Formats: sequence, structure tokens, C-alpha cells
Amino acid sequence: MATETKEKLQFTGGKWETEIDVRDFIVNNFTPYAEDDSFLTGPTKSTVELWNHVMELTSKERKNGGVYDMDTKVVSTITSHGPGYLDQSKEKIVGVQTDAPFKRSLQPFGGIRMAVDAANAYGFEVDKEVQHIFTAYRKTHNQGVFDAYTPEIRAARRAGIITGLPDAYGRGRIIGDYRRVALYGVDRLIEDKQEQLRTVGANGMMSEEVIRDREEINEQIRALHELKQLAESYGFDISEPATNAEEAFQWLYFGYLAAIKEQNGAAMSLGRVSTFLDIYINRDLENGILTEEEAQELVDHFVMKLRIVKFSRTPDYNELFSGDPTWVTESIGGIANDGRPLVTKSSFRFLHTLDNLGPAPEPNLTVLWSEQLPENFKKYCAKMSIKSSAIQYENDDIMRPIYGDDYGIACCVSAMAIGKQMQFFGARANLAKALLYAVNGGKDEVSEVQVAPAYAPIEAEYLDYDEVMEKYDDMMEWLAKIYVNTLNIIHFMHDKYSYERIEMALHDKEVLRTMACGIAGLSVAADSLSAIKHAKVKTIRNEAGLVVDYEIEGDFPKYGNNDDRVDDIAVYLVKTFMEKIKHYKTYRDAVPTQSVLTITSNVVYGKKTGNTPDGRKAGEAFAPGANPMHGRDKNGALASLLSVAKLPYEDSLDGISNTFSIVPKSLGKDEDARVMNLVAMLDGYANKGGHHLNVNVFDRETLLDAMDHPEQYPQLTIRVSGYAVNFIKLTREQQIEVINRTFHESR
Amino acid sequence: MQGRIHSVETFGTVDGPGLRYIIFTQGCPLRCQFCHNPDTWKMSDGKMMTVQELVDDILDYLPFFQASGGGVTVSGGEPLLQCKFLIHLFKELKKYGIHTTIDTSGGLFSSSPHYLETLDELLELTDLVLLDLKQINAEKHKTLTGLSNEHILAFANHLKEKEVPVWVRHVLVPERSDFDEDLHALRSFIDTLPNVEKIEVLPYHKLGVYKYEALGTDYPLEGIEPPTEDRVRNAEMILGC
Repeated sequence: MATETKEKLQFTGGKWETEIDVRDFIVNNFTPYAEDDSFLTGPTKSTVELWNHVMELTSKERKNGGVYDMDTKVVSTITSHGPGYLDQSKEKIVGVQTDAPFKRSLQPFGGIRMAVDAANAYGFEVDKEVQHIFTAYRKTHNQGVFDAYTPEIRAARRAGIITGLPDAYGRGRIIGDYRRVALYGVDRLIEDKQEQLRTVGANGMMSEEVIRDREEINEQIRALHELKQLAESYGFDISEPATNAEEAFQWLYFGYLAAIKEQNGAAMSLGRVSTFLDIYINRDLENGILTEEEAQELVDHFVMKLRIVKFSRTPDYNELFSGDPTWVTESIGGIANDGRPLVTKSSFRFLHTLDNLGPAPEPNLTVLWSEQLPENFKKYCAKMSIKSSAIQYENDDIMRPIYGDDYGIACCVSAMAIGKQMQFFGARANLAKALLYAVNGGKDEVSEVQVAPAYAPIEAEYLDYDEVMEKYDDMMEWLAKIYVNTLNIIHFMHDKYSYERIEMALHDKEVLRTMACGIAGLSVAADSLSAIKHAKVKTIRNEAGLVVDYEIEGDFPKYGNNDDRVDDIAVYLVKTFMEKIKHYKTYRDAVPTQSVLTITSNVVYGKKTGNTPDGRKAGEAFAPGANPMHGRDKNGALASLLSVAKLPYEDSLDGISNTFSIVPKSLGKDEDARVMNLVAMLDGYANKGGHHLNVNVFDRETLLDAMDHPEQYPQLTIRVSGYAVNFIKLTREQQIEVINRTFHESR
Repeated sequence: MQGRIHSVETFGTVDGPGLRYIIFTQGCPLRCQFCHNPDTWKMSDGKMMTVQELVDDILDYLPFFQASGGGVTVSGGEPLLQCKFLIHLFKELKKYGIHTTIDTSGGLFSSSPHYLETLDELLELTDLVLLDLKQINAEKHKTLTGLSNEHILAFANHLKEKEVPVWVRHVLVPERSDFDEDLHALRSFIDTLPNVEKIEVLPYHKLGVYKYEALGTDYPLEGIEPPTEDRVRNAEMILGC
């Protein structure tokens, strides 16, 4: 028959054949798709059964206090565990972190105390022998960091002027190019690394850098061999390239699985895989060896695996990053350098998992939005957002000129060229508290301890804008310095004691490193300065003469209303703090960047910060990320978006997070209108240079009901700050904070 | 040129096509019992804003208008209390090709030549009128709003003459404006207006009640609940939405 003699469709060749260059493979082979979602298929029987199984385990996990099972004896490495399955007879894509799903792995390299605390918090106990080994013989990242910390850094950390630091947990935010495993097979990647090794320091001086590079590359090669062993334990030989779609998914997933077995980084992001995998799916469909149902099943089963990634965390950690997030961020869409949208049928298939498996926070589905995306895809994204509140959007039009067309988002908002770039994650500095330090001459308003240098405090009864700004400038300079110093220590030690071998093995030799600083409390600081400038702010002192409260006389412009009088202050703060960070030398000559992102630590920051001159009371939560303070954005949703869009991305290249919640009725009268309006809103925001938007569409009442009846909302997903969570997994405090946020409702 | 403005809402999704920048003007001669913006009634409240101030702000939203086919809607209050201001504002907006809409009760309409001259100049600059036809029955209209509907119906006829596109809106309030015979009569009236492009039933809601409390005013519809879905569908059927 004709079909049997037909030559099998092959890939188009290119530079990717002679060099490791996944991007080149993609642009030469992908099939753009501009039509609508009508081709999508529902879940197969196996998919439904597997997902029901996952939901049963999820329910047991919740009843068990948040953790179902934990390995307390076997230290997790790429090869530490034998195979584990959800249901081997049904799974198209296999592999779990330990020998059973929902059994969390033991990862002590970041810090043995954290591993022990995390186990204890859920009623488990780490094996005594392991504890002994990691106390007596093997030093960890956390110990290294505290060996180098100065008393000043410790005080700043304790006061919460810098916090959330990855000094007690894995830094994460490194994306291995897991696609390389599928495209090249592991043997070719090992050869490439061996070639790199030959060129490092072969004929020159054995400098510290060269020694480090040689050791790291050898570790990478070792990790690649272990990756092959991991696959072998599941019965696969991944030394050669994947030959079909199912293999491509499986090979790629093994790469990712190796990473999460070796590292429990805060964000273990996936990259940008859907359009890459679409090339394999498309070839199999054309060759008649795969059906649409089977293609969707591969996507569903793969995504199911990404949904059950789990780590052991301490309660402290959960306060910062609430709801058990893992940031398996997958970036979808965007535009190629040649102008073609990188939207394929698989871009739809990945979003379609929100229907086939129901909504979920992971993988962290991130649409790289551009005004140039096909209209049908835009509408489909909007439709799925309205249904699931599980999608975030980031502006491809402002990122592409900087990162090219093959970047991915790590964690929430951090763009990086895949396989070519990584970051040193730096959490954030508290700009609101720094303002209070400026007023009080470096004394902490809560503890009254002298944390910053004893600069002259403000003595006047009423705050004078110019005087405050002068002192604030000094304080920010100090903060930037101690902050960069702290991060240098952390990342030196992380490289030394908890190096990401497999993730870095899936990178080029030359890697661009960024030092990803961040700020919290931006809207509080901006509104406070606006109050000082445009109203009268009286200081209230305690017996020790410390300013502990403020009285505002008169009204003042508030950030979030598209009012330049205050928005310009917010812009100034972003630019100024970035400028100050640049003054200091970074570890490994990393390029300094910053983000305006809090994750859920806006609650913790607020707790640790006293009364502020904007009228915010001590302990009250900050707004998340770059959001205006709750309820202060009075001119409607677009004005709020425009204020945030003014923050300069070039001074905040690690991302500017904005979380938007709207009730369905206010988005439009009916389903069609809601979709159109959301698309227009995203187009307009992108056009205005806004960077990131979490979109939530639901009524406050739904959340209130879910607080009372969590068992009825096992999959209720909401976007918080750069990620999504199961609402019922948030602490009560976090739930209340979410409910208090501005919900845009029309009058 | 200054106008008396209550507030603005930058994400209007129901008052005209696309995404709308809504200007709520201050001051209204009517006292509709269902009004959810009673804080816009008093003629002396609000803040004075110049055309330039508003236009400067509005221009920031052009990309949203372009992406959605949206524009500016002036609501209130009663915007037609400030016709001259609106003429200046709309003239400026038209320089940028911005779609203009007025959301009005039409209750101020008069056939005096002086009034008509101003009104017609404004209508020339207006792309769409959202016209509230609250009650076709004159008596019931008076109970509901404090004024007769005679001017309003004359205004509707004037819009027909001038061929201004109109979306008719009917706020459905049980016991006040939800009677089949009135709805049928309203439909007959609308059928005489070829310039009506759309008819919308707005179910009465209680979101404005807290404002009455804040203003220290008794709530005139105390005890009246929003209409049932069945009644809303019934009204939509009769009116031919």
C-alpha cells in the first residue's frame, strides 16, 4: 500500500546537527498553528484513572497534615532510588522522585538541620546515621554560609530587612535544557562536555577559575552518566536521541527528573518544552504512528508527573513560599525572531490539561504574551484563565529583544536564555523597613536594635521630604552593600556544597550568570514618600525617642491610580536601588539584576515591619510584588495596571510581578465579552510595557466558602505572586490576605 | 473649561462597546429609587477637573481602546447637565479618534432652541447614547424617579431624528418596573425607533445600599429583592434583547 512505501517524514537539518543548539532545531522544524481549539480531545480512560489515583493520594496527603510519606534514610541522588510508578500498566511517561509517588525525598546537602526540621514538622524522623554523616563528616551549604556571615549580616537577616534568603534551602531558578536529552541523547552530550574539558586550562595557568571549571565539568559528566543509569532503572536506554514523540517526552522528563532528585531548589522550572515536543508529535502524526488522542495523552501524563513534584520543606520555608509550590514553570507561546509566532498545537495541548485534569497550580503555566500572537490562541488563553485562574502572562515583546526567542521563565518572572544563562537567586530587601531605618538612624523600629550604621536620625516632629530622601538614599546604599555581600556568600557556598551538576550539564560551557536581587514593600515605600511629600506626616515617638508611628494630615496620591505624582516615586525607587546594587562586586562577576516580586513573603515582611508613614499599621501585610496596596487603587483596574507598567523593566530585568483579581461579572456581561475583554486587557498591558500579570477570575464568596469547606475545593487554584497555589493549601493567614486584596468590581 | 466630576472607572466593561474609560459626572436632577450612585446626586459635590486633565489621563488608555474597540463613556450623575463641558471634551477626544458614549436618562431634554443648539452640537460628537428607559408608564415613572417621563420620551424621539445610535437600557426592579403590560408598551415604543441598536435589561442589584447608609439617607427600595432569573429572561423576551 502507498502508506507503507511512503518515506518517513524526517527533520529539517541545520546548525543543530553539528552543534548543541536546540533553538536552531526548533526554528527549522516547528509548525505554527493559528487556528482554534476545536481539534483538542478529552482525556483517555487511562488518564482519568491515573488522575483519580493522584487525587486520592492528594486527599490522603492533606488528611495526613500535608505530607503523605517521606524517605528518611536514603539520601536523594540521581541514582538513589529504584523505579517507582503511579500505575505502570497505564502510565505513558514514567518516573517519580523516590521509589513511590508522594514519597518526598531526603535532600540534606542544602542543610542537614533543615532536612531534620522538615521531617520533624510532619512527624517523621531522619535516620540517625544520616544525621551523623551530615554532621560529623559532610558539611552542608547552610553551615558554610553561616561560617562566613558577619554579625552585621546576621542582624540584618534577623530584623527582616533582608530575608527569604536561600541560605537554608536550595537556591533553584536554574533551568537545565532538558530538551537536549531528547534531541541529542546523553552520549552526544557527554562527548560535548569532554570536548569542553579539553579546552579548559589545557595550556594556561591553573587559576582558581580554571580549577573550578575543570572540577565542575567533570561533575557534569558524572551526572550525565548517572542520568543514563536512572533511565536504565526504568528500562530505557537514553544514550541515543529520541526517535518518536513518546520517547521525546520520556527522555526529556528523565532529564528533569534527575534534576529534582538531585536538587530541591525553591523553583525547579522546566523551561520551554511544548513547541519543541510538538515537532516530534507532528512528525508522528504525519507518519501515521500517533493519533490526536494519543498525543494529548502523552501531554496529560507528562503534565501529571509535573503536578506531583514534591519536596520536604520546613514551616519557616512555608511561610515564605506558601502552599507547597515547586515552580515547575513551563513557558508557552512567544514570537520567533523571524516574526512567526511560536504557537503550535501543543501550546494548546498543554493548556488543555487544565480541562482534562482540572485546574492545578503546577506546572506553572506561563504564556509569553505578544500583541502578535494569533488571535485564536489569545482567546483560548483568556478562556482557560477565566475557567481556571491558573495561568500567568509575561510580555514577550519586552523580553525577546533582551533574551532572544528561546528563553524560559524560572520561578515566577525571571527570564533566562535556556541552556545559556542562569541566575543566583537573591530573594529580596525590604525597602519599606529601610525607610523606617532612615527616619530612626538605623535602629529597628520593632526590636530597637541598632541594625544599620548609626546615621543621624530625623529629629523634626513633621517629616520633611527632602530630608527624608537624603537619609533614605544613605540607607539604601548601606542596604545594597550588605545585601550583595550576603548573596555573594550564599552563592559561593551553594556552588561549593550543593552544586547543580545535572542542571549545569544541560547548559553551554559559557554561562551568563545574573545576581538576581529583589525588592519588597515598593508600594508601601512609594505611598509613604507620597504622604510625606503631598500631605503632612507627624512623627509619634516612644519613650526612647524612636519614631514608632505616624499621623497623616490631609490626603495624598496613592500608587495604583495612574497618578505620576506618586508613580514617579515608585519608578525612582526601582531605578535608584538598582543603581546602588551595581556599585558592588558580585560573586563570579554575575550581572546584577533585580525583581519586584515577593512571592507570598509579603505577609512575613509586613509582620516584621512597624507602622509606616502611608498609614499602614505595624504587622499588616505588604501588597504582593509590584501591586498597589490593597484597596488604594480607586480608579479601576486599568489605572492600577498602568501604574505598575510604568516601572522600568530595564532596571528590573529579573521581573515585575503584578497579581490581578477580578470578579467574573466585572470582566464582562457574558463569556464572549469576558474573553474579548481579557484579551484586550492583556494586549493593552503588553503595549504599555507591563511585564507580568497573574490573572484571577472568581468571586470573593468562592474563596470564603473554600475556607470553610476545603474538602469541596480540592482543585481550587489561584494565582498569588508569580505562581499558583491550591487555595486550600495556604495557611489561614495567607488565605485572609488573598481575600483582602483588591478585587476589581465595576460600579 | 472645567467639569464637575465624581470619579472615573478605567475598566468599564458594560457601558458601551469594548473597554471603556468611564467618567462619572457629579449632579443629577432625578432621584431614581434604584440608583446605585446616590453619591453623584448633589450638584455641589465632586471635584472640578479641566478637559485637559481628563484628556491627558484618557490618552494613556489608547492601547486598551484600540485592542477592544472601546472608548470613553460619560455617565453620572446626569452628564447632560454639563453639555458645554462635554462638547469641549468630546472635541478633544475626536482629535484622537476615540469612540464617545453618553449614558443618560434624557430627563433634562427641552425643545427650547437654545438648548437644542447645544445638545445637537454635542450629539454631532457622540457615537453612541446609552438611554435609560426606566418606565414607559408616566405615573409609575414618577414614583420611581421623582419626575415624569415626558422629556425622556421626547429625547428618544429627538435622537431618532438625529439618527444617533442608541442602546436602550431598562433597569428591572420588581414592583416598580417589572410589569408585563409596561414592558410590552415599552417594546412598542422602541419599535418606533430605528436608531436603536441594542436593548439591555439591567437587573436591579443592591450594591449601592451601603452608599445610602453612608449618606444617612433611607433606602427607598428597602425590602425589594433583585429580580429572579425567570423575570429577567421574561423582560428580555418581551423587549426583544
